[in-house]
Amino acid sequence: MLHFIKKLYYGDIPDANSGAAPSSDQQQAVTDWPLWEVFIRSKQGLDHKHVGSLHATDAQMAIENARDVYTRRQEGVSIWVVESKYITASNPAEAGELYEPAADKVYRHPTFYDLPDEVKHM
Amino acid sequence: MGMQNLEELFQQKIDKEVKIEPKDWMPEAYRKTNLRQISQHAHSEIVGMLPEGNWISRAPSLKRKAILIAKVQDEAGHGLYLYAAAETLGQSREQMINDLHSGKAKYSSIFNYPTLTWADMGAVGWLVDGAAIMNQVMLTRTSYGPYARAMVRICKEESFHQRQGFETLLVLSKGSKEQRAMCQDAINRWWWPALMMFGPRDSESTNSDMSMKWKIKRKTNDELRQQFVDMIAEQVKLLGMTLPDPDLRWNESRNHYDFGEINWDEFWQVVKGNGPCNKQRLDARRKAWEEGAWVREAAQAHANKQRTRKKAA
Repeated sequence: MLHFIKKLYYGDIPDANSGAAPSSDQQQAVTDWPLWEVFIRSKQGLDHKHVGSLHATDAQMAIENARDVYTRRQEGVSIWVVESKYITASNPAEAGELYEPAADKVYRHPTFYDLPDEVKHM
Repeated sequence: MGMQNLEELFQQKIDKEVKIEPKDWMPEAYRKTNLRQISQHAHSEIVGMLPEGNWISRAPSLKRKAILIAKVQDEAGHGLYLYAAAETLGQSREQMINDLHSGKAKYSSIFNYPTLTWADMGAVGWLVDGAAIMNQVMLTRTSYGPYARAMVRICKEESFHQRQGFETLLVLSKGSKEQRAMCQDAINRWWWPALMMFGPRDSESTNSDMSMKWKIKRKTNDELRQQFVDMIAEQVKLLGMTLPDPDLRWNESRNHYDFGEINWDEFWQVVKGNGPCNKQRLDARRKAWEEGAWVREAAQAHANKQRTRKKAA
């Protein structure tokens, strides 16, 4: 059963209370530029980390936009961009098969092994 | 797996504070509510640039001008983080922008008030951004992953906005008689609209509150509003100014400030499009979009040419 939320919060104003009349010239074909995923290295020696996405016509513009959107406060020293369509993601519905086999292998962790206190630094 | 079962699993995740990510199963109403809320939030950031943009060319000093430009640029960035988060729910950027321009989608009503004096830049930063921060800090813990992550980034930047606003007013409050009057006037005009930003009273709700159950929101409108009043009522003393509410007083038994009744008629009038600047704001957005069309087309043509050249080489 679907529940529709009627309660009003800041940032959650109902469409029914629309102010302007819908204008007809807005019905054009969708022409969004391609979507890019942005990865930023915050400083030398660290991995690039996913920070978000943006639209750009090409890779060069994606880098320039990423600079403006994601590094206004010196958050990065290097940027990677990749078009979102080239990312293959694992399926959340298969999370069980994929990750559960590791759950019962506690012996892979150093804390599994009880050693005498005299053995230092191991 | 039945729908009922999926909904139960979904609610279990929410109850265990596991974030929902774009590819996870979610109830259609959860997707729609988030899409509406995130896109409205994005629109608010974008339209929110307009009242402040009004003062960039008239800032009283180069320092204030640089600060204001940086703040407005942040608002654009916040809009972009949020549009990207909303897109993960399956609506295109262009569709969202079209909905804003057609008047179908909403943005925060606060931006339908005019910024009449330089002191308004201070009041907007202190009161409007201050009210937004209350909401946004709560939203860093919202259940939808992309929204929560965007909020974390936004909150880090938003703190500068509020501090520079308060400092702007602080300088005016120590200035000439005229500057102090300007400071008080801006506070008088922005106080009530800022309180309205938290939305209708909790008692106005007739439906069961799925938004809280799904942890999209974690505090009610009235809780956030009270928190804001308690904070501002103290801060205003540091400015040596007053808030325009004769009913504002500390209530020992509640451990909160009591405050007067909001003009709800004005609230709904502005939501419905009859605020002082609703038309002006939308006109400005449409104009910017239309006059920027050639830039978008040129960028696309340039990218196409580069691709063709690369292929030929």
